[in-house]
Amino acid sequence: MRNWNWRGMRAVIAKDLAQVKQNTMVWLPMIILPVILQVLMPLGMILAPQLAGEAAVDMGEIEPLLKMLPASLVAGMEEFSPEALWVVLSSSYLFAPFFLIVPIMVSSILAADSIVGEKERKTMEGLLYTPLTDSELYVAKALVAVIPALSISLGSFILYTLVVNIAGYPVVGRIFFPTAIWWPLVFWLAPAVSVAGLGVTVLISSKAKTFMQAQQLGGVLVLPIVGWMVAQSAGVFFMGQSLMILVGLFVWAMGLWLIWIGARTLSRSNLISRI
Amino acid sequence: MDPIIVTEKLSKRFGDNWAVRDLSLSVPRGQVFGFLGPNGAGKTTTVRLLNGILEPTEGTARVMALDPALSGSDIRLRTGVLTENPSLYEALTARENLRFFGEVYGVGQMLLESRIDELLQRFGLLERADEKTGAYSRGMKQRLAIARALLHEPDILFLDEPTAGLDPAAARAVVDMVQGLSRDQGHTIFMCTHNLVEAERLCDLVGVIHRGRLRALGSPADLARQLWHNLTLEIDLHGPPSDTVRNSILNVRGVEDLRIDEHLAIVQVSDADVTPVVVREVVSAGGQVYAVRTREHGLEDVYFALEHEEVDAGQEGSVNA
Repeated sequence: MRNWNWRGMRAVIAKDLAQVKQNTMVWLPMIILPVILQVLMPLGMILAPQLAGEAAVDMGEIEPLLKMLPASLVAGMEEFSPEALWVVLSSSYLFAPFFLIVPIMVSSILAADSIVGEKERKTMEGLLYTPLTDSELYVAKALVAVIPALSISLGSFILYTLVVNIAGYPVVGRIFFPTAIWWPLVFWLAPAVSVAGLGVTVLISSKAKTFMQAQQLGGVLVLPIVGWMVAQSAGVFFMGQSLMILVGLFVWAMGLWLIWIGARTLSRSNLISRI
Repeated sequence: MDPIIVTEKLSKRFGDNWAVRDLSLSVPRGQVFGFLGPNGAGKTTTVRLLNGILEPTEGTARVMALDPALSGSDIRLRTGVLTENPSLYEALTARENLRFFGEVYGVGQMLLESRIDELLQRFGLLERADEKTGAYSRGMKQRLAIARALLHEPDILFLDEPTAGLDPAAARAVVDMVQGLSRDQGHTIFMCTHNLVEAERLCDLVGVIHRGRLRALGSPADLARQLWHNLTLEIDLHGPPSDTVRNSILNVRGVEDLRIDEHLAIVQVSDADVTPVVVREVVSAGGQVYAVRTREHGLEDVYFALEHEEVDAGQEGSVNA
């Protein structure tokens, strides 16, 4: 058996990313989304009570969230004013689900462009006639989606850390972020959801004819995150570290299973018959 | 000559339809093989089967002694394919397109750059090498796609309708290129086409495929000989032939038919030996012969005769030379 054609795979990744750079419809959402979710929204949330004055934060609004938090977490927060408490709780817990939207959307957009885009631009056939094996082609296409998704989500995390600490400092009085749940969120759950996003998009891509169609169908991916967001805001449940690791495990398993199924769907013979 | 492509009852079915059925052929190394047939005849499916893109439903194939179903990647490393659609990345420049494919095919980095320049020069694209290919004309795209197929110096070049959609000048340029590749560089070329003039000009061997089945295989001249055992003579006379001349022709043993078209006598004879006898009899009968020509049956005649035969007979038969 011959060795993997890593040079060829790198060429596919570089070529796909070069094409992304030239397609505003693809790269623009990947910039706008983190800016809105990781900069503008948290800034608004942190600064609004400060700008509105003392009475802006009502303890009644924070209490449902406080009740859900484990006692160990609440214990350290007794010293905080209601405003500081709002900043810490909202940036640490209420905003956590938002963070997952970036990796899931980036991996889904890039996978759709990389796979359906080849069909749409009528370049798939030329690619299938290259010596790259089905596995090499599939792994290269997967990496095109996952590497930028993880890089952008890491960048977003760094940006978010700076934004909330800087904007929250006048109220909290110290560097308070990242809190403990963010480590498994960034390094365990975010990679899992980007892999799951890739897996779902691969399955969609085998049927979709255009990038737009694949992206629209891929929109369903954010629904579980919206569900988590709503449930947490309504005080239904709180995802602590242990639960996050468990959920991550489930999402990893599901993502890898979807990718395994996708590998069969995106075989050469299937792809060529759908051109 | 040592065959580079051999298929044995190669078949591919999609649902209930057989795209290719019982295809058995052998293509010698270094020859230009023309695969003729109308759209949807099974030509492209055959190319895909031979490159390991599709797996056969039945039958076997050997390309450079490798089985495409098992060693598709190794075969594709040594074949270059011009697909019907040029399959170029239009957001990339010509040079970037070639560099990408060169890397995928494993062409050494140092060699790659010089090879790209050489091909761009050869195909008249060097001056516009750094323009995005989206701005190229159809003819330029086709030339670049051929350059891409040659980048890794393949043993076999598959050309799927290389002149489809091109204007006559661009089509002529592509045909000249293909001729050069075969004559000067000894490439084996497997060319799918429904352009009979082009095939006649370029191909050493042709296969005619219709509804997935191979109807004929051989050189254009062999196929004509198989289909038409008699010869057609055109005798150029000084004015319409007299009855005496007509009768003198019809009385020659071996003459099968005579038609008169003004001053032209079109005579069907059983073989070439009858020709001098016919000419002698015409002259003896007082006819003035200006010229005698033997009309060859071209590939176009072969193709339409086969198609006609199929429609008439409604049965399956094949001609093999």
